[in-house]
Amino acid sequence: MLRFIIRRMIQMVGVVVVLSLLVFLWLRSLPGGTVSAILGEKATPERRAALEKALGLDQPIYVQYWQFAKRALHGDFGASTKVLPGTDAFDLFMQRFPATIELSIVAIILAVGLGIPLGYMAARRHNSLFDNGSIVASLVGVAVPVFFLAFLLKYYFAIKLHWLPVSGRQSAGLGATHTTGFFVLDGLLTREYDAAWDAIKHLILPSLALATIPFAVIFRITRASVLEVLDEDYVRTAESKGLTSRVIRGRHVLHNALLPVVTTIGLQTGGLLVGAILTERVFNFGGIGDTVAQAFEQRDYGVLQVCILMAAITFVVVNLLVDIAYAVIDPRVRTR
Amino acid sequence: MTSMSASPSTHPSVHPGAGEPLLSVRDLRVTFQRQGQEPFEAVQGVSFDVRPGQTVGLVGESGCGKSVTSLAIMGLLPKHGNHVSGTVDYEGTNLLTLSDQEMRDKRGKDIAMVFQDPLSSLNPVVPIGIQVTEVLERHRGLSRKAATPVARDLLDRVGIPDPDRRLKDYPHQLSGGMRQRALIAIALACKPRLLIADEPTTALDVTIQAQILALLKELVQDTGTALVMITHDLGVIAGLCDEVNVLYGGRIVERGERHELFAQPRHPYTHGLLASIPRLDAPRGQRLQPIPGSVSDNLPWTHACAFAPRCSQPIEVCTQVMPELEEQHGRALRCHNPVEGHR
Repeated sequence: MLRFIIRRMIQMVGVVVVLSLLVFLWLRSLPGGTVSAILGEKATPERRAALEKALGLDQPIYVQYWQFAKRALHGDFGASTKVLPGTDAFDLFMQRFPATIELSIVAIILAVGLGIPLGYMAARRHNSLFDNGSIVASLVGVAVPVFFLAFLLKYYFAIKLHWLPVSGRQSAGLGATHTTGFFVLDGLLTREYDAAWDAIKHLILPSLALATIPFAVIFRITRASVLEVLDEDYVRTAESKGLTSRVIRGRHVLHNALLPVVTTIGLQTGGLLVGAILTERVFNFGGIGDTVAQAFEQRDYGVLQVCILMAAITFVVVNLLVDIAYAVIDPRVRTR
Repeated sequence: MTSMSASPSTHPSVHPGAGEPLLSVRDLRVTFQRQGQEPFEAVQGVSFDVRPGQTVGLVGESGCGKSVTSLAIMGLLPKHGNHVSGTVDYEGTNLLTLSDQEMRDKRGKDIAMVFQDPLSSLNPVVPIGIQVTEVLERHRGLSRKAATPVARDLLDRVGIPDPDRRLKDYPHQLSGGMRQRALIAIALACKPRLLIADEPTTALDVTIQAQILALLKELVQDTGTALVMITHDLGVIAGLCDEVNVLYGGRIVERGERHELFAQPRHPYTHGLLASIPRLDAPRGQRLQPIPGSVSDNLPWTHACAFAPRCSQPIEVCTQVMPELEEQHGRALRCHNPVEGHR
C-alpha cells in the first residue's frame, strides 16, 4: 500500500512538470503577449525592447522556462499586473483559492450525498416510475448549461423571492473575522455563528448550480453499477446465507457498486474547477474561477499561470486521493 | 475434525432414507413471465422427498429446470417476473408461504446452498473470514470476535491449509478448489439440516472435483446433513447419491435408488445419458452414443412426451398422450415405452 502511494506520487511529479511546460508554452503562444498587455498596442519599438530585456523575454524560450520553473518552485510567479496590480500572484491565488475550495466541497458533498442514495434507489426500483423519472431528470441536469442554471437560480430564489443572497460570499456589514479564508469554518472557529450561517446562505445557490452535472453523472453511474452488481452471483450467495438486507445492501451490493463511482467522483471533482469559472462569475463569488476569467480578459499572465498550474496540481492531487481511496476499498488493487 | 462433528446431539445419526421426509416438494411449478414474451413454465410439477441424512440427486441437461427448482426451494428467485406454485414442506412448514423475513431466518441456518462458480459466488472485496463469520453473527448471535475462532475451525475442517492466514485473504488470493472449500465452510457454518449443492464441481479441475466430492460426502455423513445434489454429471451421482431424480423439460422422468437406476435405467433418456458416458471398460473402437437433438426440440408436455423427438424408441402414442409418472417398488417412471432388461 505504501509502495503504491509512493509510486503514484513519483508519477505525480512527472505530471506536474509536463503541465508546467504546457501552461508556460501555451501562455507565450497567445496573441498579444505580456509587453503589449503592459504597454498597450501603440508603444514604440524602443520601449518594447527595453521592457522585453527587463523581463528577460529576449532570452531563448528554454532559458525563460528554466527561470520560470526555478522561481515557481519558490512560490514566486511574479506580480499581478491587472487583476490586483502589484500584489504577488501567488498570494492573490492563495487568498482566493479557499472560496473555490469551499464551494467545490459543498457542491461535491451535495452531488455525492444525493447521487449515490438516489442511484441506489433507482436501481432497486428498476423500470419503475421513480427510476424512469430520475433518468429524465438527470439527463436534463447534464444538458442544461451551468451558467444558465446559475442565472435561473439567482433570478428566482435571490432576485424574485429574496430567499437567498444574490452574490458574494458573505454580507458586507457583518464585519466577520477571517483566519483560514474558509468563511463557514472561520465563523465556526470564531464562534461568530451568524457569520457562518450567512456564508452558508451565500453558498447554497452557487453550490446547487455547480453540483448539477456531477450529481447527474454520479447518479447515473451508481444506478448502472448497482444494477450490474445486483445480478452478481455473490449477492445471491449473500441472500442464500439469510443475511439481513442491511448487511447485503452495504457490504455486498454498495461496496462493490461504489468502485466505478469513486473513479467518477475524482473526475467530476476535477471538472468542478471548470464549472466554477461560470458559476463564480454569475454569483460574483471571488474565487479562482472568477479570478481566472478576469486575468484572461485583462491578460494578467502571472495570475493566469499560477491559477492554471495550481488548478492542474489540485486535479492531480484529487486523483491521487481517489486512487488511494480505490485501493482502500478494492483489495484486488492492493494485494496483487 | 473439530466443530462440526462435535455435536452429535443436534444430528442424531439416522439411517439415510429412514423416517419422515425432511423436505417434501409437491407439484412445484415455476413460470417465468417476462415482459413481451410468452410465459414459460421452467418447472412443471416436480415432486420429490428428501429424508434426514439422505443424499438425493437431481440430474439433467442444462435447461431441464434443476437449478430453478433449487432456487425456488431456497426462495431465491426474483419476485418480479417469476411465479412459483405448489408446496415445499420443510419439517412441516410450507416454505413458499413464509414471509421474506421468515425465509431469511431459515436460509443459511436450516437450509444452506453451495453454488457452481466459487470465484463469482464469493464477494471479491470482503475477506474470506468475514464471509464466514457474517453468517455465524446472523444466525448464532455471535459477535465478530467470538465467531472468528469458529470460522477458523470451519476452514480447517474443510481442508484449507493455514486457516489463520486465509481468514484475512480475499477470494482472488485463493485457488479454485480452496474457494469452493470456503463456500462449503460458509454453507455448513450453522449446521444446516439440508444442504443444496448446485453443480458444485462443474467449474473445477477434474482432480479437484474428486476432492470436493469426497469432502462433501464426508461432511454430510459426519453431520447427518441431508444433501440435494444438482448436477448434469452422472459420475457425481454415482459416487454420492442415495436416490436419483432424472429431470427432462421441467419434469421428473425417472426416479430410483442409485444402484438400481444405474444397473437398469428404464427411461430412454436415462439410458441415453448413461450410454453417452465414456467407459474405460468398453471394447476398443466402440463409439460413444450421444443423445441426438437438443432440448429445443422438445414437444409440450401437455399432449405428448417432450422427449419423443430425441427418443431412440418412440412409438405412436408418445406424440399423442402425455405419459404420467408412475410409481412402482420405490421407482418412478414417466414413459410409454420403457427400456427393457439390464444395461
